[in-house]
Amino acid sequence: MLTVDIEKALGAFSLTAKFDVSGGATALFGPSGSGKTSVVHMIAGLLAPDRGRIALGDDMLFDSTARINVPAHRRRIGVVFQEGRLFPHLSVAQNLDYGRWMARLPPDETEHKRVVDLLDIGHLLSRRPGKLSGGERQRVAFGRALLMKPRLLLLDEPLASLDRQRKQEILPYLARLRDEAKVPMIYVSHQAGEIVKIASQVVRIEDGEVRAAGGLELLDAERRDMVF
Amino acid sequence: MFDLSPEEWTAVWLSLRIAAVATIGALPLGLAIAWLLARKDFWGKALLDGIVHLPLVLPPVVTGYLLLIWFGRKGPVGALLDKYFGIVFSFRWTGAALACGVMAFPLLVRAIRLSFEAIDRRFEDAASTLGANGLWVFLTVTLPLALPGVIAGTVLCFAKALGEFGATITFVSNIPGETQTISAAIYTLTQVPGGDAAAFRLVIVAIAIALLALIASEWFARRAGLRYHGD
Repeated sequence: MLTVDIEKALGAFSLTAKFDVSGGATALFGPSGSGKTSVVHMIAGLLAPDRGRIALGDDMLFDSTARINVPAHRRRIGVVFQEGRLFPHLSVAQNLDYGRWMARLPPDETEHKRVVDLLDIGHLLSRRPGKLSGGERQRVAFGRALLMKPRLLLLDEPLASLDRQRKQEILPYLARLRDEAKVPMIYVSHQAGEIVKIASQVVRIEDGEVRAAGGLELLDAERRDMVF
Repeated sequence: MFDLSPEEWTAVWLSLRIAAVATIGALPLGLAIAWLLARKDFWGKALLDGIVHLPLVLPPVVTGYLLLIWFGRKGPVGALLDKYFGIVFSFRWTGAALACGVMAFPLLVRAIRLSFEAIDRRFEDAASTLGANGLWVFLTVTLPLALPGVIAGTVLCFAKALGEFGATITFVSNIPGETQTISAAIYTLTQVPGGDAAAFRLVIVAIAIALLALIASEWFARRAGLRYHGD
């Protein structure tokens, strides 16, 4: 459903990525500095590739030859960033509603309750992001991205800023999110241990190039160093 | 001794009105130019930056004289405004507000620009992935996050406008009840024998207003800052 075939020069570093993603959860796997985050930013529309195409189903998001570059705010692709990026001047509830306001949609109580229950964030709604723990913050960030009703969810190392215990706490929510939200997900991580719990397909990136794409067996070499 | 005469009250109220109108008029343009300077690269950016800051470094008399030439009734801009909109600046309180606004403008733009530049732009990226177009990103993320700086700049602008003297007196003269602000009134009083007591009263008023403005701005900025970290 997502087709990526792009080239981008970032200073001395050059990034070439060509892969397809079907439904379910796909991991974008590779060491730090391999270009994963840049790929996510290009899919989200925050960074323009130099050449190539990005398509979501029949919808062309970027095509350098046809000069198409759909701006980020019209792509309806949810992103959860490593640091959450919750708006510090808004409450948790307002953060969750932000995507709906921008889409000018009426409140959807059922959906709101479903997401809040799924992530177990009901007791946080009136708080400010500055007062949340790292794990709570990321759960709210998942909720905010889900409630904008995205066509695709990009999770950019959403657990990287958390300690090991918090990660263990969040992983079950992520698995529930994958099973119940029914939104295709791209999960970026350099931790094979996280990926085996979330994803079913793997795209492996190294030094700015896609080295392999396939099932979880691509992680076999890494499982020896698994953190979990 | 603290009974202000009606003339002195007139000067005080006129000053407040002129400074308020100057600040309110300068704010939208100041926000726009500060945003352009903080976020955009364009041809002539250095020139725009220079022009905005010119009143800060030019002798105020020069700024006032330039305003007189351009915005006076016979001036190229002033004549047009008079003919099509009925707006007259020369020797009116509106002209004093224009002079004060121009003189305070660099301080306003500087403070707002710095607060725009200090914002973590990743919040703006997050907003655009959530469906906010450029204008909504500005209104719902950039502006609220920059609010303490915007308030500080606005108060600075108001305080500067309140005390402006050189450009105002050059452009619109020193007419009691029309263009005579606190500063101009104090100046006049110091030029006549026996004006010391009245001048001193106005000095006290000027200090009181300035202090109040500073305390108020500090309070607003603190409140706005608290909202980001508080619960």
